[in-house]
Amino acid sequence: MLLRHTPTEVAERKSLTINPAKTCQPIGAMYAALGIKGCLPHSHGSQGCCSYHRSTLTRHYKEPISAATSSFTEGASVFGGQANLIQAINNIFTVYDPEVIAVHTTCLSETIGDDLKQIAAKAISEGKVPEGKTIIGAPTPSYVGSHVTGFSNMVKAMAQLAEETDKKNGKVNIIPGWVEPSDMEEIKRLATLIGVEITLFPDTSGVLNAPLTGEYHMFPNGGVTVEELKEAGQATGTLALGEWCSADAARWLDAKRKVPCTVLDMPFGLAATDRFIDTLRTIAGASIPESITTERGQLVDLISDMHQYFYGKRVAIFGDPDQVISMCEFLRSIDMYPAYVVTGTPGKKFEKRIKAITADMPFEVKVKAKGDMFLMHQWMKNEPVDLIIGNTYGKYMARDEDTPFLRWGFPILDRQGHQYFPTVGYKGGLRLLEKVLDLLLARKDRDAPQETFELVL
Amino acid sequence: MSIKPKLVQWEPTDLKEELLKKYPPKVARKRAKQIMINEATECEAPPEIVANVRTIPGIITMRGCTYAGCKGVIMGPTRDIVNITHGPIGCGFYSWLTRRNQTDPGADGDNYIPYCFSTDMQDQDIIFGGEKKLEAAIQEAYDLFHPKAICIFSTCPVGLIGDDVHAVSRKMKEKFGDCNVFGFSCEGYKGVSQSAGHHIANNQVFTHLVGENKKPKEGKYKINLLGEYNIGGDGFEIDRLLKKCSITNIATFSGNSTYDQFASAQHADLSCVMCHRSINYVADMLETKYGIPWIKVNFIGAKSTADSLRNIAKYFGDPKLVTKVNDVIAEELPEVEAVINDVKERTKGKTAMLFVGGSRAHHYNDLFAELGMKTISAGYEFGHRDDYEGRQVIPGIKIDADSRNIEELEIKPSADEYKARKTPEQFKALEDAGFKFRHYDGLNPDLDKGSIIIDDLNQYEAEKLVELLKPDLFCAGIKEKFSIQKLGIPMKQLHSYDSGGPYAGFKGAVNFYEEIDRLVNSKVWSYMKAPWQENPELTATFVWE
Repeated sequence: MLLRHTPTEVAERKSLTINPAKTCQPIGAMYAALGIKGCLPHSHGSQGCCSYHRSTLTRHYKEPISAATSSFTEGASVFGGQANLIQAINNIFTVYDPEVIAVHTTCLSETIGDDLKQIAAKAISEGKVPEGKTIIGAPTPSYVGSHVTGFSNMVKAMAQLAEETDKKNGKVNIIPGWVEPSDMEEIKRLATLIGVEITLFPDTSGVLNAPLTGEYHMFPNGGVTVEELKEAGQATGTLALGEWCSADAARWLDAKRKVPCTVLDMPFGLAATDRFIDTLRTIAGASIPESITTERGQLVDLISDMHQYFYGKRVAIFGDPDQVISMCEFLRSIDMYPAYVVTGTPGKKFEKRIKAITADMPFEVKVKAKGDMFLMHQWMKNEPVDLIIGNTYGKYMARDEDTPFLRWGFPILDRQGHQYFPTVGYKGGLRLLEKVLDLLLARKDRDAPQETFELVL
Repeated sequence: MSIKPKLVQWEPTDLKEELLKKYPPKVARKRAKQIMINEATECEAPPEIVANVRTIPGIITMRGCTYAGCKGVIMGPTRDIVNITHGPIGCGFYSWLTRRNQTDPGADGDNYIPYCFSTDMQDQDIIFGGEKKLEAAIQEAYDLFHPKAICIFSTCPVGLIGDDVHAVSRKMKEKFGDCNVFGFSCEGYKGVSQSAGHHIANNQVFTHLVGENKKPKEGKYKINLLGEYNIGGDGFEIDRLLKKCSITNIATFSGNSTYDQFASAQHADLSCVMCHRSINYVADMLETKYGIPWIKVNFIGAKSTADSLRNIAKYFGDPKLVTKVNDVIAEELPEVEAVINDVKERTKGKTAMLFVGGSRAHHYNDLFAELGMKTISAGYEFGHRDDYEGRQVIPGIKIDADSRNIEELEIKPSADEYKARKTPEQFKALEDAGFKFRHYDGLNPDLDKGSIIIDDLNQYEAEKLVELLKPDLFCAGIKEKFSIQKLGIPMKQLHSYDSGGPYAGFKGAVNFYEEIDRLVNSKVWSYMKAPWQENPELTATFVWE
């Protein structure tokens, strides 16, 4: 037993978080910033934060993650981090020559009250920012929200680059939220198939799934350009995928740059993808090509072919709200039961959405926002599930409870593929179901007595 | 089809200049003092290196923070202590199972390593103070688990808002009576690297834990193993060997360690220091307070392992033990030699660069030597001058503002527990025979003349070094791994070993030989360019014409 101390009896905890289902804001900001072309993320705080975030992102994406830090020591913590940040900006532009520095704060710099806007202005007035280069900033104190909030804040900072204009360029802004580089690539592929010109931001495809060529480029050839972001105000509309990850940026563009926005769920699974494709079509005034309808039909086909294996299976799922909401809807659509649903990210709306999605189940879902994996494990100990879905940290519960485990979400430290194979869209749905089926059927084979062990399943 | 261009012979001084060229002048001046061309020879005094100084803001460093050193490195691998991070969720999350400290809790043993405990501070706690929440969290942990000890780790904002983790810990310890509670002021901004965190952790362990168990420990040859963290199971292999030699390891600081191990450390008769950087002062404190002498050991590499075991036997001076140790070495070595003879054919003459935490860059140099490989450049991520130049420079190291903030304990001999392990005559006899107590030569003397030693290497310099010197292998941590590999150079993690290990002891050495053989001889590095990139000219004919 790996988690041998987890008792079955659930006692209320008010102050101690055990096995969190979230992490802190800056890592989200760092990931989002990597989706800007030529951008060096910068962590304004002590160097450990930057080190931890780079390590975790590196382990998840298996790619170099470059980011700088203000390297606070006690002096900076007491007297403010302005001198450190200005020195950092100068060093970064001299040594690494990025197009953009995307600064995010940490709990340390937020607590001492450093003002990023003011420091950036000072750096510019002191001539530390070369002509044509950009600095953006996002407040990401770690004691508010979660990594998802940090992602959202940095995406909003990107949106705020959009210039005021009356011009329209006919493009659609798509804010994909915290999905994999492969997912971002898939969203672009779908848009191309429909024939819609889009500005996707952030866009980590090509940055965090870059090829091995014997050459190292600190800034790989991928990401949304600053120019594109500046022109985001000229778009026909914005599609924000995910209330938690993307809505703030889209609403800002709507309110301040008069680009109308629609907030949708992330396109995981059949129904959410349907809504995404249909909305994109409507905004852009395009028609859907046969090939996409075929992809959809293939997903429906797999669901119908394999329904007997999905039907009635109980699932425990933890992760980020936007992903988990769509996944729960997908699970319900194939008659699986999301029995336990946890996110570490705060937000009352989450529990409401999950309850609504699962309202037709024969039993009530146990759902918690601001929850942790310890609680979820206790639930499982009381009544088991057939499948666990979540990030790598779920492997301990899965082994203890001898339950099939689908790695999905962030971070995945011990498996490959997420950076190359999408799980959004119909193709992504096919892949998700294939993985779920593999797990369930492998379990069926493993547990079958000799006489019922069969070739054909 | 190797694409590796021919090696350009760089003069070390030109190379240094090349590394510094791009920096703003102030940065270049500072970095120049941290980049050293090793000129150590028998008649020359080696030059000084600047180490343990602040990282330059904006220069992408390999370093982590004080919290990472305290919670992640030192206390992380203890298995029956509930470690609660007091702060926002991130710090606890990132230090959760990410160092590959393996654990064997035994059939019914306690093991909290797979758990992450945090007070998950929210903005309200930052505004109004987090002590109440911490107190409640400690209570909840106690009620749930009834552990032997609960440790509290302060993160950056905790120090800023002034939460007194020590007062809260004292209060709860008193309240419980049967659970030791103590805290660490290991805020990330303290010091200049994770090294400060090691120091803070070790001091608190020494103050609150060591010596608590007065009951003597069984064993004829009793040692403590300091600075071994059981990454990838290293500690298991060392323990296997010690046991086979009938040497009793009272306490490992701190791989797979338990509360009782720390609490009984004063019963050992010798301290063996693996990672000099992270823990040398604990060895000193154990000697001062309890009279336990210490020696530097190294279990990385077969020769180093054999030497270390022999030294331990020599210290105890019992011919029976000496024979036993020699027998064990004789029994273990054939397997090692069989593998090295096979592997060395393919590894000899190859070059490596080693940029790892404290002491590891040095220890692994021995292993590469066994493979016939040469370390052409090395350095520490958070070393101090003594780790490079040897302990003799310690009295001359200037204490700056950043080091002054890290508490130094004043240790006196224990009135009732100090016990000299040997008579002055016995010590002298050992020393006369070449035995070295409290001695460490540092990394520099073991590296060739002309090799480049760099303190606190950063990403830009790493990339430049690789481009200029084209090593066959680069060793560092996860953050460096993929930028080096993009350049077509295999990269081995020596902090958390990728998925490998153990690399300590004899079986570990075998694992390492095989792993390095795989890395430097993998075909993958020859696939960097597609055929049409090798020969891009188009001809007007179809191949089948």
